[in-house]
Amino acid sequence: MDIEEAAVKARAFSYFRAATIDQALDAHARAGDDVRFIAGGQSLVPALSLRLQAPRLLIDITHIDELRGVRREGGYLRIGALTRHCEMLSEPLIAEFAPLLHAAAPFVAHPAIRNRGTFGGSVALADPASEFPAMTLALEAEIEIAGATGTRRVKADDFFLDLFETALQPGELIAAVYVPLFKADQRFAFDELTRRRGDYALVGCGMLATCTGERIDDIRISFFSVGNTPTRVKGAEATLIGSNLDAERIAAAQAALDGDLAPPDSDEVPPAMRLHLARVLLGRLLGRLKEGV
Amino acid sequence: MSGFDESMLDGADETVRVRFVVNGRRVACEVAPRETLVDCLRNALELTGTHAGCEMGACGACLVQLDGRAVHSCLMFAVQADGAEINTIEGLTESGVIADLQAEFHRRNALQCGFCTPGMLVNAQELLSQVARPSREDIRDALSGNYCRCTGYEAIVDAIDAVAKARSEAGGTT
Ligand SMILES: Cc1cc2nc3c(=O)[nH]c(=O)nc-3n(C[C@H](O)[C@H](O)[C@H](O)COP(=O)(O)OP(=O)(O)OC[C@H]3O[C@@H](n4cnc5c(N)ncnc54)[C@H](O)[C@@H]3O)c2cc1C
Ligand code: FES
Ligand code: FES
Repeated sequence: MDIEEAAVKARAFSYFRAATIDQALDAHARAGDDVRFIAGGQSLVPALSLRLQAPRLLIDITHIDELRGVRREGGYLRIGALTRHCEMLSEPLIAEFAPLLHAAAPFVAHPAIRNRGTFGGSVALADPASEFPAMTLALEAEIEIAGATGTRRVKADDFFLDLFETALQPGELIAAVYVPLFKADQRFAFDELTRRRGDYALVGCGMLATCTGERIDDIRISFFSVGNTPTRVKGAEATLIGSNLDAERIAAAQAALDGDLAPPDSDEVPPAMRLHLARVLLGRLLGRLKEGV
Repeated sequence: MSGFDESMLDGADETVRVRFVVNGRRVACEVAPRETLVDCLRNALELTGTHAGCEMGACGACLVQLDGRAVHSCLMFAVQADGAEINTIEGLTESGVIADLQAEFHRRNALQCGFCTPGMLVNAQELLSQVARPSREDIRDALSGNYCRCTGYEAIVDAIDAVAKARSEAGGTT
């Protein structure tokens, strides 16, 4: 069959494999519009095959060593953009210093997709149904961006702007994500509700709390699959600070979600149902946080 | 030194030469950048054991091993695999590493039309190389991205479960 007649084939493009960040940025700048970086390709390749996108140049960034590796740097864990989803499960530094990401990883897609999909790609894409972008909010992470004028660090709180829209400018790369090291007085919880394991969540949530004994000194709670961007629920967070996670405060936090979340109308999941699921999930996770599991 | 030059943008459909090791043999082929690995394997190399189903990452029929790990050959372009080592169902069959899985699938009727089977086997092998003694729940979880339209999955899970037991009793994970 002729490739042009086939249903699921990408349009023609040129391909360039970059060896350094500078090469990738330079190629992007010189090629102009309609250029895409390709990392794991687990979101981009289907988009090209379905012809939702038809760039004229793909810049392969997976051979850039500077984008690789996980290491401690001061009070942070620096997670290179090319860290694969499967490494979020297998890398001991992630399990020890960013356990919330470790807990979220098994929920990201299926094993073979996790073998190629990258952490940086997931954050750059900013799919509102994705686990990792939402967790960068709960973790107060910072995104390191490489661009023509050098590198800058953007707080996760300022990174996700709208549906698939981030603080990344055209031609800029995510080099790494910095996550504050997990501390002894912190607790975390993560879960999501799906119709089928490996599917995108109907609603998902992760949280990180700093405690004195049973008391919550600080808590950051982030939801995904609830709107155009991953969403922190500041109203619910505020009701919990200073509490011992007693039943009354948990109920108050659940009620606060009405003000924090405004799920969009969709045929599949009406907003009221999504809000209900969010309240159920929040209650469950706060229960687990209290038990310390 | 950029390595990139604008002339690369002309003639986007011109083929480029890629080299990889497929099933233990070094091969080179000419591919257009937009050609997926599954199309390259099936059309250029005539290795048709790898199946193309949805071609968008949803069904798992196209799984192959790339540098030892299971990946979807519909979710990468052949040019990206330049320099890699690839094992398809043909290579895994030839080397005998999945002979026990194949025998157990056969014995338990874990295949009917067989369209999903190469992907199921690649994924089963991946799971058993990562987890020595997976629970049935682990097995179902690992297969969550593999569709089977015929068997109802139960026999597939049974077969993998049986091989996991046999392999761990034999004292190895490979
Ligand atoms: C069947 C299926 C199920 C899936 N289920 C889930 C799921 O449950 N949860 C989930 O989170 N994801 C899921 N995914 C998506 C998967 O996690 C992707 O791997 C991930 O979203 C993108 O990472 P990538 O490395 O593959 O990026 P690519 O596909 O290579 O790129 C995605 C986008 O990000 C850009 N990009 C990539 N890296 C960078 C960088 N370093 N700097 C700047 N821009 C960059 C690219 O230009 C492109 O626009 C699923 C995918 C499939 C096919
Ligand atoms: S053909 Fe690759 S997942 Fe369906
Ligand atoms: S045996 Fe027919 S699709 Fe699985």
